[in-house]
Amino acid sequence: MLELKSLNVHYGVIHVLKDVSLTVGRGQIVTLIGANGAGKTTALRTISGIKAPSSGSIILDGQDITKIPAPKRVVLGLSQVPEGRRIFASMSVYENLELGAYLRKDTKAVKSDIQDVFARFPILGKRQKQPAGTLSGGEQQMLAIGRALMLKPKILLLDEPSMGLAPILVNEIFDIIKNINEQGTTVLLVEQNASKALAIADIGYVLETGTIVLSGTGAELAASDDVKKAYLGG
Amino acid sequence: MFKAKNIAAVALLAAVYTAIKILRLTGIFGSYHEITIAQICINMLLACSLNLITGFAGQFSLGHAGFMSIGAYACALIIIRFPSVYGFMLGLIAGSLASAVVGLAIGIPTLRLSGDYLAIATLGMAEIIKVVFFNLKITNGAAGLMNIPRLMNWEWMFCLTAGSVALINNFINSRHGRACMSIREDEIASQSVGIDIALYKIAAFAIGAFFAGISGGMYAAYFYVLKPGIFGLLKSIDILVIVVLGGLGSISGSIIGAALLTLISALLQDFASLRMIIYALMLIAIMMFRPQGLLGTNEISFALFTRALKRESAK
Ligand SMILES: Nc1ncnc2c1ncn2[C@@H]1O[C@H](COP(=O)(O)OP(=O)(O)OP(=O)(O)O)[C@@H](O)[C@H]1O
Ligand SMILES: [Mg+2]
Repeated sequence: MLELKSLNVHYGVIHVLKDVSLTVGRGQIVTLIGANGAGKTTALRTISGIKAPSSGSIILDGQDITKIPAPKRVVLGLSQVPEGRRIFASMSVYENLELGAYLRKDTKAVKSDIQDVFARFPILGKRQKQPAGTLSGGEQQMLAIGRALMLKPKILLLDEPSMGLAPILVNEIFDIIKNINEQGTTVLLVEQNASKALAIADIGYVLETGTIVLSGTGAELAASDDVKKAYLGG
Repeated sequence: MFKAKNIAAVALLAAVYTAIKILRLTGIFGSYHEITIAQICINMLLACSLNLITGFAGQFSLGHAGFMSIGAYACALIIIRFPSVYGFMLGLIAGSLASAVVGLAIGIPTLRLSGDYLAIATLGMAEIIKVVFFNLKITNGAAGLMNIPRLMNWEWMFCLTAGSVALINNFINSRHGRACMSIREDEIASQSVGIDIALYKIAAFAIGAFFAGISGGMYAAYFYVLKPGIFGLLKSIDILVIVVLGGLGSISGSIIGAALLTLISALLQDFASLRMIIYALMLIAIMMFRPQGLLGTNEISFALFTRALKRESAK
Protein backbone atom coordinates (compact mmCIF):
# COMPACT_ATOMS: atom_id res chain seq x y z
CA MET A 1 0.00 0.00 0.00
CA LEU A 2 2.97 2.31 0.64
CA GLU A 3 6.15 2.00 -1.34
CA LEU A 4 9.40 3.96 -1.32
CA LYS A 5 11.43 3.63 -4.52
CA SER A 6 15.15 4.42 -4.30
CA LEU A 7 14.65 7.52 -2.22
CA ASN A 8 17.58 9.91 -1.80
CA VAL A 9 17.36 12.72 0.70
CA HIS A 10 19.88 15.47 1.41
CA TYR A 11 20.15 18.11 4.11
CA GLY A 12 22.31 20.59 2.25
CA VAL A 13 25.37 18.59 1.30
CA ILE A 14 24.71 15.82 3.82
CA HIS A 15 23.39 12.72 2.06
CA VAL A 16 21.03 11.35 4.71
CA LEU A 17 19.03 8.68 2.87
CA LYS A 18 20.75 6.68 0.14
CA ASP A 19 18.64 4.72 -2.31
CA VAL A 20 16.13 3.67 0.30
CA SER A 21 13.42 1.31 -0.96
CA LEU A 22 10.82 -0.33 1.19
CA THR A 23 7.30 -1.68 0.95
CA VAL A 24 4.49 -1.64 3.48
CA GLY A 25 1.65 -4.05 2.62
CA ARG A 26 -1.97 -3.45 3.53
CA GLY A 27 -2.76 -4.50 7.08
CA GLN A 28 0.88 -5.07 8.02
CA ILE A 29 3.07 -3.70 10.75
CA VAL A 30 6.39 -2.81 9.18
CA THR A 31 9.24 -1.58 11.33
CA LEU A 32 12.26 0.47 10.42
CA ILE A 33 15.01 0.08 12.99
CA GLY A 34 18.39 1.74 13.26
CA ALA A 35 20.75 3.59 15.57
CA ASN A 36 20.74 7.29 16.39
CA GLY A 37 21.22 9.40 13.31
CA ALA A 38 20.58 6.55 10.87
CA GLY A 39 17.94 8.60 9.10
CA LYS A 40 14.72 7.06 10.45
CA THR A 41 13.01 10.36 11.28
CA THR A 42 14.14 11.74 7.95
CA ALA A 43 12.46 8.80 6.21
CA LEU A 44 9.15 9.51 7.98
CA ARG A 45 9.40 13.24 7.32
CA THR A 46 9.92 12.49 3.65
CA ILE A 47 6.95 10.13 3.55
CA SER A 48 4.69 12.71 5.18
CA GLY A 49 5.92 15.44 2.84
CA ILE A 50 7.65 17.74 5.31
CA LYS A 51 11.02 17.07 3.66
CA ALA A 52 11.37 16.81 -0.11
CA PRO A 53 13.55 14.01 -1.53
CA SER A 54 16.24 14.84 -4.08
CA SER A 55 15.32 11.76 -6.12
CA GLY A 56 13.16 8.66 -5.96
CA SER A 57 9.44 8.32 -5.47
CA ILE A 58 6.78 7.57 -2.89
CA ILE A 59 3.76 5.54 -3.98
CA LEU A 60 0.57 5.32 -1.92
CA ASP A 61 -2.13 2.93 -3.16
CA GLY A 62 -0.68 3.05 -6.66
CA GLN A 63 -0.62 6.87 -6.73
CA ASP A 64 2.67 8.74 -6.94
CA ILE A 65 2.51 11.21 -4.04
CA THR A 66 6.12 12.45 -4.20
CA LYS A 67 5.05 15.93 -5.32
CA ILE A 68 1.91 16.24 -3.20
CA PRO A 69 2.24 18.80 -0.36
CA ALA A 70 2.16 17.59 3.24
CA PRO A 71 -1.37 18.67 4.26
CA LYS A 72 -2.85 16.91 1.21
CA ARG A 73 -1.06 13.69 2.12
CA VAL A 74 -2.82 13.71 5.46
CA VAL A 75 -6.12 13.83 3.56
CA LEU A 76 -4.99 10.79 1.57
CA GLY A 77 -4.69 8.80 4.80
CA LEU A 78 -1.08 9.23 5.93
CA SER A 79 -0.98 10.22 9.56
CA GLN A 80 2.15 10.75 11.57
CA VAL A 81 2.87 10.56 15.28
CA PRO A 82 6.00 12.74 15.40
CA GLU A 83 9.10 11.95 17.40
CA GLY A 84 9.16 13.15 20.98
CA ARG A 85 5.43 13.42 21.79
CA ARG A 86 4.58 16.62 20.06
CA ILE A 87 1.34 17.64 21.70
CA PHE A 88 -0.34 21.06 21.98
CA ALA A 89 0.80 21.63 25.53
CA SER A 90 -1.36 24.52 26.69
CA MET A 91 -4.53 23.16 25.11
CA SER A 92 -6.70 20.62 26.86
CA VAL A 93 -6.61 16.91 26.05
CA TYR A 94 -10.01 17.25 24.43
CA GLU A 95 -8.88 20.19 22.28
CA ASN A 96 -5.83 18.22 21.18
CA LEU A 97 -8.10 15.48 19.88
CA GLU A 98 -10.37 18.02 18.21
CA LEU A 99 -7.35 19.45 16.41
CA GLY A 100 -6.48 15.93 15.32
CA ALA A 101 -9.76 16.01 13.40
CA TYR A 102 -8.98 19.47 12.02
CA LEU A 103 -9.35 18.25 8.43
CA ARG A 104 -12.69 16.55 9.01
CA LYS A 105 -16.03 18.25 8.48
CA ASP A 106 -18.29 15.62 10.09
CA THR A 107 -18.55 17.26 13.51
CA LYS A 108 -20.91 14.68 14.99
CA ALA A 109 -18.76 11.72 14.01
CA VAL A 110 -15.72 13.56 15.43
CA LYS A 111 -17.40 13.76 18.83
CA SER A 112 -18.09 10.04 18.88
CA ASP A 113 -14.56 9.28 17.65
CA ILE A 114 -13.17 11.29 20.56
CA GLN A 115 -15.21 9.04 22.84
CA ASP A 116 -13.69 6.04 21.06
CA VAL A 117 -10.22 7.38 21.84
CA PHE A 118 -11.27 7.74 25.49
CA ALA A 119 -12.51 4.14 25.42
CA ARG A 120 -9.12 3.03 24.14
CA PHE A 121 -7.21 5.26 26.56
CA PRO A 122 -9.41 5.66 29.67
CA ILE A 123 -6.79 7.84 31.38
CA LEU A 124 -7.18 10.44 28.61
CA GLY A 125 -10.93 10.51 29.29
CA LYS A 126 -10.24 11.25 32.92
CA ARG A 127 -7.84 14.03 32.01
CA GLN A 128 -9.82 15.49 29.12
CA LYS A 129 -10.12 19.03 30.53
CA GLN A 130 -6.53 19.20 31.72
CA PRO A 131 -3.85 21.05 29.71
CA ALA A 132 -2.01 18.39 27.73
CA GLY A 133 1.34 19.67 28.96
CA THR A 134 0.51 18.46 32.47
CA LEU A 135 0.16 14.81 31.37
CA SER A 136 2.89 12.29 32.15
CA GLY A 137 5.20 11.19 29.37
CA GLY A 138 3.28 7.99 28.71
CA GLU A 139 -0.05 9.78 28.71
CA GLN A 140 1.32 12.33 26.26
CA GLN A 141 2.39 9.54 23.94
CA MET A 142 -1.09 8.04 24.17
CA LEU A 143 -2.56 11.43 23.37
CA ALA A 144 -0.28 11.82 20.35
CA ILE A 145 -1.39 8.40 19.10
CA GLY A 146 -5.04 9.15 19.84
CA ARG A 147 -4.77 12.44 18.00
CA ALA A 148 -3.35 10.69 14.93
CA LEU A 149 -6.19 8.14 15.05
CA MET A 150 -8.75 10.97 14.87
CA LEU A 151 -7.96 11.17 11.16
CA LYS A 152 -8.86 7.50 10.67
CA PRO A 153 -5.63 7.04 8.75
CA LYS A 154 -5.06 4.25 6.25
CA ILE A 155 -1.50 4.11 7.43
CA LEU A 156 -0.14 5.28 10.75
CA LEU A 157 3.47 6.43 10.88
CA LEU A 158 4.97 6.20 14.36
CA ASP A 159 8.33 7.73 15.22
CA GLU A 160 9.91 6.07 18.27
CA PRO A 161 6.75 5.85 20.38
CA SER A 162 8.61 4.07 23.17
CA MET A 163 11.29 6.73 23.57
CA GLY A 164 11.86 7.74 27.16
CA LEU A 165 9.14 5.55 28.66
CA ALA A 166 9.35 3.17 31.62
CA PRO A 167 9.51 -0.54 30.66
CA ILE A 168 5.90 -1.25 31.72
CA LEU A 169 4.68 1.64 29.61
CA VAL A 170 6.79 0.49 26.69
CA ASN A 171 4.99 -2.84 26.73
CA GLU A 172 1.67 -1.06 26.98
CA ILE A 173 2.42 1.16 24.00
CA PHE A 174 3.47 -1.81 21.87
CA ASP A 175 0.27 -3.64 22.85
CA ILE A 176 -1.70 -0.60 21.79
CA ILE A 177 0.06 -0.46 18.43
CA LYS A 178 -0.63 -4.15 17.85
CA ASN A 179 -4.24 -3.61 18.78
CA ILE A 180 -4.65 -0.63 16.44
CA ASN A 181 -3.18 -2.74 13.67
CA GLU A 182 -5.53 -5.66 14.37
CA GLN A 183 -8.44 -3.29 13.98
CA GLY A 184 -7.38 -2.60 10.41
CA THR A 185 -4.82 0.23 10.36
CA THR A 186 -1.55 -0.38 8.54
CA VAL A 187 1.45 0.69 10.63
CA LEU A 188 4.95 1.87 9.79
CA LEU A 189 6.87 1.88 13.04
CA VAL A 190 10.25 3.54 13.48
CA GLU A 191 12.08 2.28 16.55
CA GLN A 192 15.36 1.97 18.35
CA ASN A 193 13.89 -0.66 20.63
CA ALA A 194 14.57 -3.39 18.06
CA SER A 195 13.50 -6.45 20.05
CA LYS A 196 10.07 -5.09 20.91
CA ALA A 197 9.52 -3.68 17.45
CA LEU A 198 10.55 -6.88 15.66
CA ALA A 199 8.34 -8.92 17.98
CA ILE A 200 5.18 -7.27 16.72
CA ALA A 201 6.27 -6.55 13.14
CA ASP A 202 5.42 -8.56 10.05
CA ILE A 203 8.36 -7.11 8.15
CA GLY A 204 11.45 -5.26 9.36
CA TYR A 205 14.09 -3.12 7.70
CA VAL A 206 17.42 -2.17 9.21
CA LEU A 207 18.72 1.29 8.38
CA GLU A 208 22.41 2.07 8.86
CA THR A 209 23.69 5.60 8.11
CA GLY A 210 21.09 6.09 5.44
CA THR A 211 21.23 2.72 3.73
CA ILE A 212 18.95 -0.29 4.20
CA VAL A 213 21.37 -3.07 5.07
CA LEU A 214 18.98 -5.86 5.99
CA SER A 215 15.33 -6.77 5.64
CA GLY A 216 13.13 -9.74 6.37
CA THR A 217 10.23 -10.86 8.50
CA GLY A 218 10.24 -9.73 12.09
CA ALA A 219 11.15 -13.22 13.27
CA GLU A 220 13.98 -13.62 10.74
CA LEU A 221 15.57 -10.35 11.72
CA ALA A 222 15.20 -11.04 15.43
CA ALA A 223 17.09 -14.29 14.85
CA SER A 224 19.78 -12.77 12.63
CA ASP A 225 23.27 -12.59 14.11
CA ASP A 226 24.00 -9.16 12.65
CA VAL A 227 20.88 -7.67 14.20
CA LYS A 228 21.49 -9.41 17.50
CA LYS A 229 25.00 -8.02 17.68
CA ALA A 230 24.15 -4.50 16.67
CA TYR A 231 20.74 -3.91 18.18
CA LEU A 232 19.74 -6.63 20.60
CA GLY A 233 22.80 -6.55 22.82
CA GLY A 234 23.94 -10.08 21.98
CA MET B 1 -24.40 29.61 25.50
CA PHE B 2 -22.80 31.40 22.56
CA LYS B 3 -25.90 33.52 22.15
CA ALA B 4 -25.91 34.52 25.81
CA LYS B 5 -22.27 35.51 25.47
CA ASN B 6 -22.96 37.65 22.42
CA ILE B 7 -25.93 39.36 24.04
CA ALA B 8 -23.86 40.11 27.12
CA ALA B 9 -21.10 41.59 24.99
CA VAL B 10 -23.50 43.79 23.05
CA ALA B 11 -25.19 44.89 26.28
CA LEU B 12 -21.83 45.78 27.78
CA LEU B 13 -20.83 47.76 24.70
CA ALA B 14 -24.14 49.61 24.68
CA ALA B 15 -23.73 50.44 28.37
CA VAL B 16 -20.21 51.78 27.90
CA TYR B 17 -21.30 53.76 24.84
CA THR B 18 -24.28 55.29 26.65
CA ALA B 19 -22.19 56.12 29.69
CA ILE B 20 -19.60 57.95 27.60
CA LYS B 21 -22.33 59.71 25.65
CA ILE B 22 -24.01 60.96 28.84
CA LEU B 23 -20.72 62.09 30.34
CA ARG B 24 -19.90 63.90 27.13
CA LEU B 25 -23.33 65.55 26.80
CA THR B 26 -23.35 66.72 30.40
CA GLY B 27 -19.93 68.21 29.85
CA ILE B 28 -18.25 66.06 32.51
CA PHE B 29 -16.08 64.70 29.71
CA GLY B 30 -14.42 67.49 27.77
CA SER B 31 -12.57 67.28 24.49
CA TYR B 32 -9.47 66.21 26.40
CA HIS B 33 -11.29 63.11 27.62
CA GLU B 34 -12.62 62.49 24.17
CA ILE B 35 -9.10 62.41 22.77
CA THR B 36 -8.18 59.81 25.38
CA ILE B 37 -11.15 57.70 24.34
CA ALA B 38 -10.06 57.93 20.72
CA GLN B 39 -6.55 56.86 21.68
CA ILE B 40 -7.92 53.93 23.63
CA CYS B 41 -9.94 52.78 20.62
CA ILE B 42 -6.92 52.98 18.32
CA ASN B 43 -4.66 51.17 20.76
CA MET B 44 -7.25 48.46 21.40
CA LEU B 45 -7.53 47.64 17.74
CA LEU B 46 -3.76 47.74 17.31
CA ALA B 47 -3.27 45.46 20.31
CA CYS B 48 -5.93 42.95 19.28
CA SER B 49 -4.56 42.74 15.75
CA LEU B 50 -0.98 42.31 16.97
CA ASN B 51 -2.19 39.72 19.45
CA LEU B 52 -3.58 37.71 16.55
CA ILE B 53 -0.11 37.64 14.96
CA THR B 54 2.06 37.31 18.06
CA GLY B 55 -0.18 35.93 20.80
CA PHE B 56 -2.27 33.49 18.81
CA ALA B 57 -0.18 32.49 15.80
CA GLY B 58 3.07 32.87 17.76
CA GLN B 59 4.86 35.06 15.18
CA PHE B 60 6.91 37.68 16.99
CA SER B 61 6.51 41.05 15.26
CA LEU B 62 8.15 44.38 15.95
CA GLY B 63 6.69 46.11 12.93
CA HIS B 64 3.08 46.72 13.77
CA ALA B 65 3.37 50.51 13.59
CA GLY B 66 4.50 50.05 9.99
CA PHE B 67 1.22 48.37 9.07
CA MET B 68 -0.64 51.12 10.90
CA SER B 69 1.21 53.83 8.97
CA ILE B 70 0.22 52.35 5.61
CA GLY B 71 -3.45 52.47 6.58
CA ALA B 72 -3.01 55.99 7.93
CA TYR B 73 -1.27 57.48 4.89
CA ALA B 74 -3.48 55.71 2.35
CA CYS B 75 -6.63 56.89 4.12
CA ALA B 76 -5.29 60.43 4.55
CA LEU B 77 -4.30 60.78 0.89
CA ILE B 78 -7.75 59.66 -0.19
CA ILE B 79 -9.79 61.82 2.18
CA ILE B 80 -7.75 64.92 1.36
CA ARG B 81 -9.07 64.49 -2.17
CA PHE B 82 -12.55 63.23 -1.23
CA PRO B 83 -13.44 64.86 2.09
CA SER B 84 -16.69 63.04 2.74
CA VAL B 85 -17.97 60.01 4.62
CA TYR B 86 -17.76 58.00 1.40
CA GLY B 87 -14.21 59.17 0.88
CA PHE B 88 -13.41 58.04 4.39
CA MET B 89 -14.91 54.60 3.82
CA LEU B 90 -12.97 54.31 0.58
CA GLY B 91 -9.81 55.41 2.38
CA LEU B 92 -10.35 52.95 5.19
CA ILE B 93 -10.86 50.06 2.79
CA ALA B 94 -7.95 51.05 0.54
CA GLY B 95 -5.65 51.61 3.51
CA SER B 96 -6.45 48.34 5.24
CA LEU B 97 -6.15 46.38 2.00
CA ALA B 98 -2.82 48.01 1.19
CA SER B 99 -1.64 47.15 4.67
CA ALA B 100 -2.82 43.54 4.28
CA VAL B 101 -0.90 43.26 1.01
CA VAL B 102 2.26 44.45 2.76
CA GLY B 103 1.45 41.92 5.49
CA LEU B 104 1.46 39.23 2.82
CA ALA B 105 4.66 40.61 1.39
CA ILE B 106 6.38 40.37 4.78
CA GLY B 107 4.72 37.08 5.73
CA ILE B 108 5.90 35.11 2.71
CA PRO B 109 9.66 35.81 2.69
CA THR B 110 9.92 35.54 6.48
CA LEU B 111 8.11 32.19 6.69
CA ARG B 112 11.23 30.32 7.66
CA LEU B 113 12.19 32.79 10.35
CA SER B 114 11.06 32.62 13.91
CA GLY B 115 11.72 34.31 17.24
CA ASP B 116 14.46 36.95 17.27
CA TYR B 117 15.11 36.74 13.54
CA LEU B 118 11.49 37.36 12.71
CA ALA B 119 11.42 40.29 15.13
CA ILE B 120 14.41 41.85 13.38
CA ALA B 121 12.92 41.24 9.93
CA THR B 122 9.60 42.86 10.86
CA LEU B 123 11.42 45.75 12.50
CA GLY B 124 13.39 46.22 9.30
CA MET B 125 10.20 46.19 7.27
CA ALA B 126 8.64 48.90 9.42
CA GLU B 127 11.77 51.04 9.13
CA ILE B 128 11.73 50.69 5.35
CA ILE B 129 8.10 51.79 5.25
CA LYS B 130 9.00 54.78 7.42
CA VAL B 131 11.87 55.75 5.14
CA VAL B 132 9.59 55.51 2.12
CA PHE B 133 7.09 57.90 3.72
CA PHE B 134 9.96 60.21 4.66
CA ASN B 135 11.04 60.46 1.06
CA LEU B 136 7.87 60.35 -0.98
CA LYS B 137 6.68 63.64 -2.41
CA ILE B 138 3.03 62.74 -2.15
CA THR B 139 3.30 62.17 1.62
CA ASN B 140 5.20 65.47 2.03
CA GLY B 141 8.29 63.83 3.56
CA ALA B 142 9.36 64.60 7.08
CA ALA B 143 6.98 67.54 7.41
CA GLY B 144 4.11 65.12 6.90
CA LEU B 145 0.50 65.66 6.00
CA MET B 146 -1.44 68.43 7.67
CA ASN B 147 -5.03 69.55 7.55
CA ILE B 148 -6.38 66.11 6.85
CA PRO B 149 -10.18 66.45 6.96
CA ARG B 150 -11.33 65.49 10.42
CA LEU B 151 -14.02 62.99 9.52
CA MET B 152 -13.89 60.85 12.66
CA ASN B 153 -15.59 61.42 15.96
CA TRP B 154 -15.44 59.19 18.99
CA GLU B 155 -18.82 57.57 18.20
CA TRP B 156 -17.55 56.36 14.83
CA MET B 157 -14.36 55.12 16.34
CA PHE B 158 -16.14 53.28 19.09
CA CYS B 159 -18.29 51.41 16.58
CA LEU B 160 -15.45 50.70 14.16
CA THR B 161 -13.26 49.39 16.94
CA ALA B 162 -16.01 47.23 18.43
CA GLY B 163 -16.86 45.79 15.02
CA SER B 164 -13.23 45.10 14.13
CA VAL B 165 -12.43 43.47 17.46
CA ALA B 166 -15.56 41.32 17.12
CA LEU B 167 -14.35 40.14 13.70
CA ILE B 168 -10.88 39.33 15.08
CA ASN B 169 -12.51 37.48 17.95
CA ASN B 170 -14.68 35.47 15.56
CA PHE B 171 -11.67 34.49 13.53
CA ILE B 172 -9.83 33.36 16.64
CA ASN B 173 -12.75 31.23 17.80
CA SER B 174 -13.15 29.60 14.42
CA ARG B 175 -11.48 26.47 13.13
CA HIS B 176 -8.92 28.73 11.47
CA GLY B 177 -8.15 30.42 14.75
CA ARG B 178 -7.50 27.05 16.34
CA ALA B 179 -5.15 26.25 13.50
CA CYS B 180 -3.21 29.47 14.18
CA MET B 181 -2.95 28.64 17.87
CA SER B 182 -1.74 25.13 17.12
CA ILE B 183 1.19 26.66 15.21
CA ARG B 184 2.14 28.66 18.30
CA GLU B 185 2.02 25.46 20.34
CA ASP B 186 3.96 23.15 18.05
CA GLU B 187 4.65 23.43 14.35
CA ILE B 188 5.58 19.79 13.82
CA ALA B 189 2.45 18.53 15.55
CA SER B 190 0.35 20.99 13.51
CA GLN B 191 1.79 19.64 10.30
CA SER B 192 1.12 16.09 11.43
CA VAL B 193 -2.61 16.75 11.70
CA GLY B 194 -2.70 18.33 8.27
CA ILE B 195 -2.59 22.04 9.13
CA ASP B 196 -0.99 24.13 6.40
CA ILE B 197 1.33 26.08 8.67
CA ALA B 198 2.69 28.32 5.92
CA LEU B 199 -0.82 29.35 4.91
CA TYR B 200 -1.87 30.21 8.46
CA LYS B 201 1.29 32.13 9.31
CA ILE B 202 0.80 34.28 6.23
CA ALA B 203 -2.92 34.63 6.94
CA ALA B 204 -2.22 35.79 10.49
CA PHE B 205 0.16 38.47 9.20
CA ALA B 206 -2.27 39.61 6.51
CA ILE B 207 -5.30 39.78 8.80
CA GLY B 208 -3.34 41.45 11.61
CA ALA B 209 -1.98 43.99 9.14
CA PHE B 210 -5.46 44.60 7.73
CA PHE B 211 -6.84 45.65 11.11
CA ALA B 212 -3.73 47.68 11.95
CA GLY B 213 -4.48 49.48 8.68
CA ILE B 214 -7.99 50.26 9.88
CA SER B 215 -6.67 51.72 13.11
CA GLY B 216 -4.24 53.80 11.05
CA GLY B 217 -7.12 55.16 8.99
CA MET B 218 -9.02 56.07 12.15
CA TYR B 219 -5.93 57.80 13.48
CA ALA B 220 -5.46 59.90 10.34
CA ALA B 221 -9.08 61.01 10.21
CA TYR B 222 -9.22 61.89 13.91
CA PHE B 223 -5.88 63.47 14.65
CA TYR B 224 -5.62 65.09 11.17
CA VAL B 225 -1.82 65.32 11.21
CA LEU B 226 0.55 62.56 10.04
CA LYS B 227 4.33 62.45 10.30
CA PRO B 228 6.44 59.37 9.51
CA GLY B 229 8.09 59.68 12.93
CA ILE B 230 4.86 58.79 14.72
CA PHE B 231 5.10 55.25 13.37
CA GLY B 232 8.58 54.32 14.54
CA LEU B 233 9.92 51.49 16.63
CA LEU B 234 8.66 53.14 19.82
CA LYS B 235 5.07 52.90 18.63
CA SER B 236 5.51 49.23 17.72
CA ILE B 237 6.96 48.57 21.16
CA ASP B 238 4.09 50.44 22.82
CA ILE B 239 1.63 48.10 21.11
CA LEU B 240 3.67 45.03 21.97
CA VAL B 241 3.79 46.13 25.61
CA ILE B 242 -0.01 46.35 25.71
CA VAL B 243 -0.30 42.86 24.23
CA VAL B 244 2.23 41.30 26.59
CA LEU B 245 0.81 43.10 29.57
CA GLY B 246 -2.77 42.05 28.81
CA GLY B 247 -1.73 38.50 28.05
CA LEU B 248 -0.41 36.93 24.84
CA GLY B 249 -3.32 34.96 23.49
CA SER B 250 -6.11 36.84 25.25
CA ILE B 251 -8.32 39.31 23.40
CA SER B 252 -9.94 40.50 26.62
CA GLY B 253 -6.42 41.02 27.93
CA SER B 254 -5.55 43.26 25.00
CA ILE B 255 -8.76 45.26 25.47
CA ILE B 256 -8.13 45.81 29.17
CA GLY B 257 -4.42 46.37 28.63
CA ALA B 258 -5.05 49.02 25.98
CA ALA B 259 -7.58 50.86 28.16
CA LEU B 260 -5.35 50.70 31.22
CA LEU B 261 -2.06 51.74 29.67
CA THR B 262 -3.60 54.51 27.58
CA LEU B 263 -5.36 55.90 30.64
CA ILE B 264 -2.25 55.74 32.76
CA SER B 265 -0.12 57.48 30.19
CA ALA B 266 -2.84 60.15 29.79
CA LEU B 267 -3.01 60.66 33.55
CA LEU B 268 0.75 61.00 33.77
CA GLN B 269 0.82 63.54 30.96
CA ASP B 270 1.22 66.42 33.43
CA PHE B 271 4.28 64.88 35.03
CA ALA B 272 6.22 64.55 31.80
CA SER B 273 9.57 63.84 33.40
CA LEU B 274 8.21 61.34 35.91
CA ARG B 275 5.94 59.73 33.40
CA MET B 276 8.37 57.38 31.72
CA ILE B 277 9.84 56.31 35.03
CA ILE B 278 6.51 55.50 36.65
CA TYR B 279 5.34 53.79 33.49
CA ALA B 280 8.46 51.64 33.31
CA LEU B 281 8.39 50.75 37.00
CA MET B 282 4.78 49.71 36.70
CA LEU B 283 5.55 47.46 33.73
CA ILE B 284 8.42 45.83 35.58
CA ALA B 285 6.21 45.23 38.59
CA ILE B 286 3.43 43.66 36.53
CA MET B 287 5.86 41.42 34.69
CA MET B 288 7.40 40.30 37.96
CA PHE B 289 4.10 39.41 39.61
CA ARG B 290 2.17 38.31 36.53
CA PRO B 291 4.72 37.19 33.92
CA GLN B 292 1.95 35.65 31.82
CA GLY B 293 0.23 39.05 31.55
CA LEU B 294 -2.83 40.26 33.38
CA LEU B 295 -5.12 37.61 31.90
CA GLY B 296 -2.63 34.99 30.72
CA THR B 297 -4.34 33.20 27.84
CA ASN B 298 -7.74 33.42 29.55
CA GLU B 299 -10.73 35.27 28.23
CA ILE B 300 -13.21 37.02 30.45
CA SER B 301 -16.37 34.97 30.42
CA PHE B 302 -19.25 33.90 32.60
CA ALA B 303 -17.46 30.64 33.28
CA LEU B 304 -14.55 32.59 34.76
CA PHE B 305 -16.89 34.50 37.07
CA THR B 306 -18.79 31.43 38.21
CA ARG B 307 -15.53 29.64 38.88
CA ALA B 308 -14.30 32.60 40.94
CA LEU B 309 -17.58 32.66 42.85
CA LYS B 310 -17.34 28.96 43.60
CA ARG B 311 -13.83 29.42 44.87
CA GLU B 312 -15.03 32.23 47.12
CA SER B 313 -17.92 30.23 48.54
CA ALA B 314 -15.63 27.24 49.11
CA LYS B 315 -13.49 29.30 51.45
N1 LIG C 1 17.24 19.63 9.68
C1 LIG C 1 18.43 19.01 9.51
N2 LIG C 1 19.48 19.67 9.01
C2 LIG C 1 20.65 19.06 8.82
N3 LIG C 1 20.91 17.78 9.13
C3 LIG C 1 19.90 17.05 9.64
C4 LIG C 1 18.61 17.63 9.87
N4 LIG C 1 17.81 16.68 10.39
C5 LIG C 1 18.56 15.58 10.49
N5 LIG C 1 19.82 15.78 10.04
C6 LIG C 1 20.90 14.81 9.99
O1 LIG C 1 20.44 13.69 9.28
C7 LIG C 1 20.88 12.50 9.90
C8 LIG C 1 19.68 11.60 10.17
O2 LIG C 1 18.84 12.21 11.14
P1 LIG C 1 17.49 11.54 11.61
O3 LIG C 1 16.84 12.50 12.53
O4 LIG C 1 16.72 11.11 10.44
O5 LIG C 1 18.01 10.29 12.41
P2 LIG C 1 17.21 9.22 13.26
O6 LIG C 1 17.52 7.90 12.67
O7 LIG C 1 15.79 9.58 13.37
O8 LIG C 1 17.91 9.34 14.68
P3 LIG C 1 17.30 9.21 16.15
O9 LIG C 1 17.13 7.77 16.41
O10 LIG C 1 18.34 9.80 17.02
O11 LIG C 1 16.01 9.96 16.17
C9 LIG C 1 21.63 12.91 11.15
O12 LIG C 1 23.00 12.83 10.86
C10 LIG C 1 21.24 14.34 11.38
O13 LIG C 1 22.27 15.07 11.94
MG1 LIG D 1 14.59 10.12 14.92
